[in-house]
Formats: sequence, C-alpha cells, structure tokens
Amino acid sequence: MLEYLEMDLWSPYLVGAGIGILEVLAFLLSDKPIGCSTAYSRTSGMMERAVFGPGVREKAYYRKFEPVVDWEVMLVAGIVLGSFLSATLSGTFRLEAVPPLWAARFGLDPLTRLAAAFAGGVLLGLGARWAGGCTSGHGISGTLQLAASSWLAVACFFVGGVAAAMILFGAGV
Amino acid sequence: MLESFRKNDRLQLIIGLFIGIIFGFLLQKGGVTRYEVIVGQLLLADFTVLKVMASAVITGMIGVHLLRSLRLVKLHPKPGSVGSSALGGLIFGVGFALLGYCPGTIAGAVGQGSVDALLGGFCGVLLGAGIFAELYPRLEEKVLRRGEFGDKTIPEILGVSSWLVVIPAALIMIGLLLWIEELGL
Repeated sequence: MLEYLEMDLWSPYLVGAGIGILEVLAFLLSDKPIGCSTAYSRTSGMMERAVFGPGVREKAYYRKFEPVVDWEVMLVAGIVLGSFLSATLSGTFRLEAVPPLWAARFGLDPLTRLAAAFAGGVLLGLGARWAGGCTSGHGISGTLQLAASSWLAVACFFVGGVAAAMILFGAGV
Repeated sequence: MLESFRKNDRLQLIIGLFIGIIFGFLLQKGGVTRYEVIVGQLLLADFTVLKVMASAVITGMIGVHLLRSLRLVKLHPKPGSVGSSALGGLIFGVGFALLGYCPGTIAGAVGQGSVDALLGGFCGVLLGAGIFAELYPRLEEKVLRRGEFGDKTIPEILGVSSWLVVIPAALIMIGLLLWIEELGL
C-alpha cells in the first residue's frame, strides 16, 4: 500500500476514475459538483473587504457569491494539502520557479516567468468567472452532467489554449 | 438523513476539505499539476490532461446519472450564453496557456512547490477574479446575456431520456481514448 502511495505517477485513467468517484461523492454528500473558481472570487472579496471595509459585500457580484469561507474555499485549500502530501510521499516536492519547458523557450530569468504567470493568472481568473466555471466546474463537473454551457465552455478553453500555446511556443513544436 | 447531513454547515466544510485533499492527491499523482504536462497538452504533444479528464467524465457521468435515476442526487447544470461561456472560455484558454495551470491544478502546483504558481499565478487569479467582480454589473448588461440558452442539458435540448445521451457519450469517449492509445500519444 505505502509503496503505491510513494509512486511518482499513477495511470491517468486510474486518476481520472478516482476523480469521477469523487464527483459522485460530492453530489451525494454535499449536493454539489466539484468546482474551484468561485473560491478565488470569494477569497478576492474577503481580501477586498479586509482593505476597503464591509461595503465590499454590497457589490453586485459579492451579493451573488458572498465573500466567506465556504465548501469550495475549503476544497481549494484541500487541493494544496493533498498535492503536498502526494509530492512529499513520492519525494518529488521541490521549490521550482522556472519550469524547464518555459526555460528552454524563454530563458532562465525567474522574473520573466513570474510576470508571465501573473498575467496568465489574471486572464485565467477573469475568464473563469466570465465563463462561470473552470476546468473542474465546467470541464469535468459540467460536462459529466451533460450541461450545454459546459460543453461550449470547455471547447473554448481548449481552442483558446491550443491557439495561445502554439503562438507562444511557435506552431508545430 | 442525507438532507440533514447536507444542511450541517460545519460538517460540509470538513467534507469540502476532505474531498479537496483527495482531489489534490489525485491531481498530483496524475501529473496534471505540472507545467510541462498542461502545456504539453495544449501543444498537442502529451495527452495526459485529456486522459484524466475524459476518464473522470465517463466515471462521474455514469455514477451521477445512476444516483439521479435512484432519486438520490439532483443535477446542477450552469446557465450559459455565447457572450459568457464562449467569450469567457476563450479568455480562460489564453490564460491557461500563458500560466500553464488552471484554477484547480494551480493549487496543486503550489502544494508540490511550484513557486511560479504561488507568487505569479495564484496572485494573478485572485486579481483576475476581483477584476471580474468589479466589471460584473457592466458585463452582465452588455455581454454576458448575449445568446443566452439557459441551464439546459443536452438530453433536455434533444428531448430524450438522459441515458440515451449518457451511454453513447461514454462509448464515444472510450473510443477516443482507445484511438489516442493506438496512436501512441
């Protein structure tokens, strides 16, 4: 058993099936699909509230998604812990600022990578809330419910993502 | 009993955390918390992301629809529109490629020690979500409702029983995965 937990990688099919079972559990125990991106809205709202005061709660979007710690915020915190546990067990936990594939194309400067990651993060956060979900909320939870909105959104995630990656790395890489 | 369980707020927070821990563990073991794997998928060179997502969808789709047929769970499809799902999806995609993680896997990347995910991406996603909250009233009025089609599911649109879509969809996705393996991707 422990040997298995210490492995670096599992079969993607086994991992996928596990995530599918986790979705069923989330529906059954919490009456919720798994999703991540509203956690960022709520956290962002909590930070805004800490800086600008309780008036932030009156913003139209935060009346819809109240800036408090909810199920989804706990889920995202859990992801950090679970991944840390997996990486520690397999001995792959490592501080890394510049992924090798990025370095091979854009160089080893950590500031360039951090700036690009920040800009990408802004678009990701904006786009996820714009579309009403992310790779988990739409990409897995929505598509498995056969929601029309989710199939359209996930197609656009990959159309935009493939096009942008091809441009960034030079088409045909 | 299930109802009182679902309404116990404190218990639900613990369940959220617990499901998150297993989710993060699986994402890391699947390799999808790595920049190389996500960007490799977007460059159509490494199909790990698709393999994980498709097998999660097949398993979850069958499981959730089974429980729904047994009246144990309800579906929660999200509403959509061209202005929201398609335009937002494209913006998300560009950010996905530039960052190399998504909102779930970035939390996993933080857990495995990816500093670019923590200092760059995580802060960026929070700011992006904040910008959306700021723009929301204007976007809602001008963009998000363009081409609205509501929270319909594909079986509802086709006017058929959900199993008539679930079974073919599962078979098509299994076929796609077999084909990808056949191609050695």
